[in-house]
Amino acid sequence: MDLKLTPEMTAFRDEVREFLKTHRAEYAPNAGAERPREAALAWQNKLIEHGYAARTIPKAYGGYGAAPDILKSRIIAEEFTAAGAPRGFASQGISMLVPTLLEVGSEEQKTRWIGPTLRGEVVWCQGYSEPGAGSDLASLQTKAVEDGDDFLISGSKIWTSTAAQADMIFCLVRTEPAAPKHDGISYILFDMKTPGIEVRPLKTMTGSAEFNEVFFTDVRVPQSAVVGGRGRGWFVANATLKHERGMLGDPNATEARLAALIDLMKEETVDGQRLIDDPVMADRLMQLQARVMSMKFNGLRTLTASMANEPAGLAAMVVKLQGCEINHQLAALAIDALGELGVLYEDGPHLRAKGSWQRSYMFDLGLIIGGGTAQIQKNIISERGLGLPREPKLASASEKGG
Amino acid sequence: MDFSLTDDQKMMQESLSRTLESAASLERVRRFADQAGDQSLDIWSALTDFGLPGIVIPEEYGGLGLGLLDAALAAEAFGRSVAPGALLGAVLAPIALTLGGSKDQQAAWLPKLASGEAIAAIAISEAVAGARDGAGVTASGGKLSGKALFVLDGLDAQLIVVADTTGGLHLVSGDAAGLSRELMVGIDLTRRMAELNFDKVAAEPLSGGKAVLDRLRDAGWVLLAADTLGACDVMIAKAVAYAQERKQFGRVIGSFQAVKHLCAEMAAEVEPCRSLVWYAAYAFDDAPDEASLTAAHAKAHTSEVGRFVARTSTEVHGGMGITDLLGLHYWFKRVGLNRQLLGGPERVRRLAAQMQGLTA
Repeated sequence: MDLKLTPEMTAFRDEVREFLKTHRAEYAPNAGAERPREAALAWQNKLIEHGYAARTIPKAYGGYGAAPDILKSRIIAEEFTAAGAPRGFASQGISMLVPTLLEVGSEEQKTRWIGPTLRGEVVWCQGYSEPGAGSDLASLQTKAVEDGDDFLISGSKIWTSTAAQADMIFCLVRTEPAAPKHDGISYILFDMKTPGIEVRPLKTMTGSAEFNEVFFTDVRVPQSAVVGGRGRGWFVANATLKHERGMLGDPNATEARLAALIDLMKEETVDGQRLIDDPVMADRLMQLQARVMSMKFNGLRTLTASMANEPAGLAAMVVKLQGCEINHQLAALAIDALGELGVLYEDGPHLRAKGSWQRSYMFDLGLIIGGGTAQIQKNIISERGLGLPREPKLASASEKGG
Repeated sequence: MDFSLTDDQKMMQESLSRTLESAASLERVRRFADQAGDQSLDIWSALTDFGLPGIVIPEEYGGLGLGLLDAALAAEAFGRSVAPGALLGAVLAPIALTLGGSKDQQAAWLPKLASGEAIAAIAISEAVAGARDGAGVTASGGKLSGKALFVLDGLDAQLIVVADTTGGLHLVSGDAAGLSRELMVGIDLTRRMAELNFDKVAAEPLSGGKAVLDRLRDAGWVLLAADTLGACDVMIAKAVAYAQERKQFGRVIGSFQAVKHLCAEMAAEVEPCRSLVWYAAYAFDDAPDEASLTAAHAKAHTSEVGRFVARTSTEVHGGMGITDLLGLHYWFKRVGLNRQLLGGPERVRRLAAQMQGLTA
């Protein structure tokens, strides 16, 4: 074990730091639910130009074209977090569609979509979950019926976070109704302005509509828009779901939240006493600090495994489950430490941190459920990690989509 | 950047596990436990041949000259086998001598410790975990008086490193006049604790004071955490194996989500602990600024996870889990003792907050 950086890596880290210092005035975060604004687009393009976003995507497709170097990616992530600098876009298009296209897309699909997606010019949404297909995603029913060279797509999707502002959707549809359920699905790309698409905002407990429902009625899409082969959609999608799970357990983001919580507990007082001087609150904080640390070091362990091209096994399988839970607990402690202040939500003189702790407490519960629920994660850990048997199939459950 | 074990470390882990499999098989551990530390079993001598007593002792004194990470891997293996043996003293006493001992003191003790001719015990419980039942040792005119509790292997040790009430450290020879020792029988019979009474016992002071004591504490925390980690690994493996073989309602119980999720939860808690314990050991050797905090968190967090795993694994085993026949309780109790030694989680977390300057 040797965690010191080589001179090459130290130089790289200094280079990132220097970049962040020089361009501090240009920091422009991607404002959540809206389309990226001009300043955010400019920042994204600056990052690509310097290799701090789209780092390993080939130049031909609009990326920076560096050889994959997990450690350098890690250094970039750490330095951006430390500087409070907005990272490159982590939209679903960039995190999920781009890796998918790189893996299985046709040359035409890669050339057409990757560059504009990286630059933030084309915004995507993900059409996977359906009202009747959540954890059992492969039972999805949105159907695509052949009509000449096209498909006519009908059905509905839910939890489609950026549907309202998206230009395009990458969507799972059932093209082969007679095939076993995992083999009848195709992964297809289409324009959100195609006639027959209706988007309805889905308001959540946070008070905002972070998600949407999307309804399709005979939406005409050329068959050539299928990615990775007809009937192969389940395998295409699974190749990228792992990217989403990795994204949901980012230890750098969690560390930044812990630091914010510590500041909060040092600054805020009750009865003139700092929140951190309450021994029970301090104890809870230390319990969480240990968890955050353990996940950070766990990240180093999985990173080392990927650098050596070795499977990280259980250490990697637990990341989504633990990471999302810890974020939720951090928000819970912030609220408890703030007490009555912790339940204020509307703008006002007493509101702390713009209500962000309250919002994450609620939103993070959604993340514990989304991207593979905690219970599905435990199935994965116990079956693939520990070798326990799969749940026996009910005799009546058919292998087919129905 | 490399967060993995070296080939040498992996080899040591394997050969130590093999040695422990025979030297500390469950049947031998049972005899040791049932017969109040049956010395005829001579478990420690098998490990002496292995070089374990000298694991962190510099090579010039006949040791292996390895670091705390290597010692932590040995502790993990001990926890896995619920092995008796004076590992804590074997690691901590040389650290005390290396950091705070004179050349003469080092020359007098390190070769004997390395060869296994002498074993060492560490009496720092009061200084780290707090004084109970009026314990505490005071130093005056080169003599120690008072009592020290919960000293692992204190009954048999030829060398005892003692912390006084000001945090100063002293060397006491096991045969010193005025020293009396009594067995303290606890739940965990795989290790033996002693109460040491000092009546104007001659002692040699070590230099370095509190700073050396803090290093001993940090190393002790890491080793206890590693021991718990090893015990947890076995408890999970045993639970998974049992769940794959025990049938109820016509199915192996491991096919029920109620049971397999318990197993998943244990694994999900223990895997990050492994990363934390390894990092804390690495930090002790190579990143001193982070050593105390990561050691504290490793100790406190692994203790919490250890309790969860000990209880959950026992539950997965159903009624068999609580029987003596199965022997799972040796791991359960091992984890229970590790949790309290050198401070329970609440105390250690209080220290963790203080050492970062978060609380007074």
